[in-house]
Amino acid sequence: MTMFEAILLTVITASTPLLLAAIGELVVERSGVLNLGVEGMMVMGAVMGFAGAQWTGNPYAGIVCAVLAGMFMALIFAFVTQTLVANQVASGLALTLLGLGLSGMLGEAFVGQPGIKLPALDIPGISDIPFIGPVFFGQDLLVYLSFALVVAVTWFLFVSRTGLKLRAIGDNHVSAHALGIPVVRYRYLAILFGGACSGLAGAYLSLAYTPQWVENMTAGRGWIALALVVFGSWRPWRVVVGAYLFGAVWISQLHLQALGSGIPSQFLSSLPYIATIVVLVLISSNRRLSLINTPAALGKPFVPER
Amino acid sequence: MRLELKKRPEHSKAMAIASPLIAIALTVAFGAILFAVLGYDPLKALYSYFIEPLTEAWSLEELASKATPLVLIAVGLSVAFLSNTWNIGAEGQYTMGAIFGSIIPVYFWQWDGWMVLPAMMIMGMIGGALYGAIPAFLKTRFGTNEILTSLMLVYVAGFFLDWLVRGPWRDPGGYNFPETRDFSEAAILPPMFGNGAMHWGAVFALVAVVVVAFLLGGTLKGFEVKVLGQAERAGAFAGFSRKKMVYFGFLLSGAFSGLAGIATVSGTVQQLQPSISPGYGFTAIIVAFLGRLNPVGILIAGLMLALTYLGGESAQVTMGISDKVVRVFQGMLLFFVLACDTLILYRISLVSGRSSAGKDDAPRENLVPAEEAV
Repeated sequence: MTMFEAILLTVITASTPLLLAAIGELVVERSGVLNLGVEGMMVMGAVMGFAGAQWTGNPYAGIVCAVLAGMFMALIFAFVTQTLVANQVASGLALTLLGLGLSGMLGEAFVGQPGIKLPALDIPGISDIPFIGPVFFGQDLLVYLSFALVVAVTWFLFVSRTGLKLRAIGDNHVSAHALGIPVVRYRYLAILFGGACSGLAGAYLSLAYTPQWVENMTAGRGWIALALVVFGSWRPWRVVVGAYLFGAVWISQLHLQALGSGIPSQFLSSLPYIATIVVLVLISSNRRLSLINTPAALGKPFVPER
Repeated sequence: MRLELKKRPEHSKAMAIASPLIAIALTVAFGAILFAVLGYDPLKALYSYFIEPLTEAWSLEELASKATPLVLIAVGLSVAFLSNTWNIGAEGQYTMGAIFGSIIPVYFWQWDGWMVLPAMMIMGMIGGALYGAIPAFLKTRFGTNEILTSLMLVYVAGFFLDWLVRGPWRDPGGYNFPETRDFSEAAILPPMFGNGAMHWGAVFALVAVVVVAFLLGGTLKGFEVKVLGQAERAGAFAGFSRKKMVYFGFLLSGAFSGLAGIATVSGTVQQLQPSISPGYGFTAIIVAFLGRLNPVGILIAGLMLALTYLGGESAQVTMGISDKVVRVFQGMLLFFVLACDTLILYRISLVSGRSSAGKDDAPRENLVPAEEAV
């Protein structure tokens, strides 16, 4: 394996959690809901993923637990913002604070325990192709799943009729409601899907990226995923590009720290966060791009009146 | 069976007062369940959590010293939130304020005199305000979402502080510990009573409450804050500038957060360390909402949240309950507050059967007051 292959492999591992969380949040925001709680759902996915794998000895059971944990958190958010029409920004923050707190409490017993790593699934035949094989087809289930999700979400949003309805809700929930589309039900399902994806992202962190549990191990990745949705202007394939770009930034600062570049490690560690700000500024300064694609009803409350 | 919301003809005044109380009651009830699930006697746990810290003078002072930064930050944030500006990076502005204010005791540690403390406090406010100005600038100049930028800056400030105390600011005589030199006598906010934990920062918090109450209740600027927050177009017709308001919200909340930072470092920690806050900047968001964005409400809410920190410590000491429970409590409390605020605007009823919504009447966009709108 060459150096380049090795770096590319690490880029994929750093990008996958960002991609998983961002693709879920993309669907949520397309439905007109802003869930700022990605970080909280993700960190719950991480701790429950780890826990599930420990209890059963099977990392796939961990993934299932992580998805359920993410969906459970999302359900709280959905109930508060959709049924009780509470402020979405504040509720998202509450979800993040609650997730960080709960995960810290639940994970206390797991600190320092060796984790169970998600095995790589070689695809027979293709994974032996030089270069492409080991990099792209010698990955674990969640990496494949991240790409399958991108394809599925693209198809769902832009080909399927249900996806069209979801986008209609996201742009104008009053009109969609008038047409008889059950706005709140669609949004509940979108939020749950987002929770499941964040759970997967968390599971990837604690079962594949670094198979262990560390408090706050998401380290702001949930927030970066939110920024990626804006960066990708609410389009799945642009989100993929963004996720891999950020994965590369994340990995390159780690490599620079390991090489001992003379730059203080704290500055390198803050690079992904600064890069997020820079990218957000670049994207938002292009008003036309951001105005066309932003779901028009994003974050606005909706109460069906009878 | 499902819940249905019916809009009240006007805000329920009774519910506006009752909703935070209901939220606290629900948090305590769920807390009892949580303790029971964890295998502790819920009544004993609740007692050591919420009552025990209030039974002794020293712990009351401890309570005040923890409420100080919470109240300071939250009253600043309430102005930003009321004007519909989402500064969620108070934790970073707190850190930057602490760093700016510490320039004096770190570099000019021989300087002695009454001028030292005021200079530090002003530097802290400047540091916090400047750091808050970054998301404000990006928002007004490029239209960049202030939620994400202000939050990202929290991480950056944390790493910057970490670098300072391990690098250039490390105490030369400190055996390589990651901390600055101890602040000199002149750079320490003195305790208010004897040797207690409560320092003069508590007075800053009270002054901040009065200033913001006057600002919101008795000045044109306060009116402008509320108009721009609730009806931006109306504000524009009145000649109020949205951009100036974004700056105002961020500079004010940044300055208060910075003051909270330097006051806590000077009064409680008495040197810079890699960690100078148990998440005050984020907990203050909860304080602001629990206090219903009202300065007096925030004062009470700040004491309440400070109690959760203290209760966490006391429950850990007396019953061995993990201090991680504190953040679970805080997160639950914010959720219950937000959920209960619905009661102010709506009547909630349980309806059986499926909805026929969307078939009879044309729906209306519901109008939501500032703190509800995004």
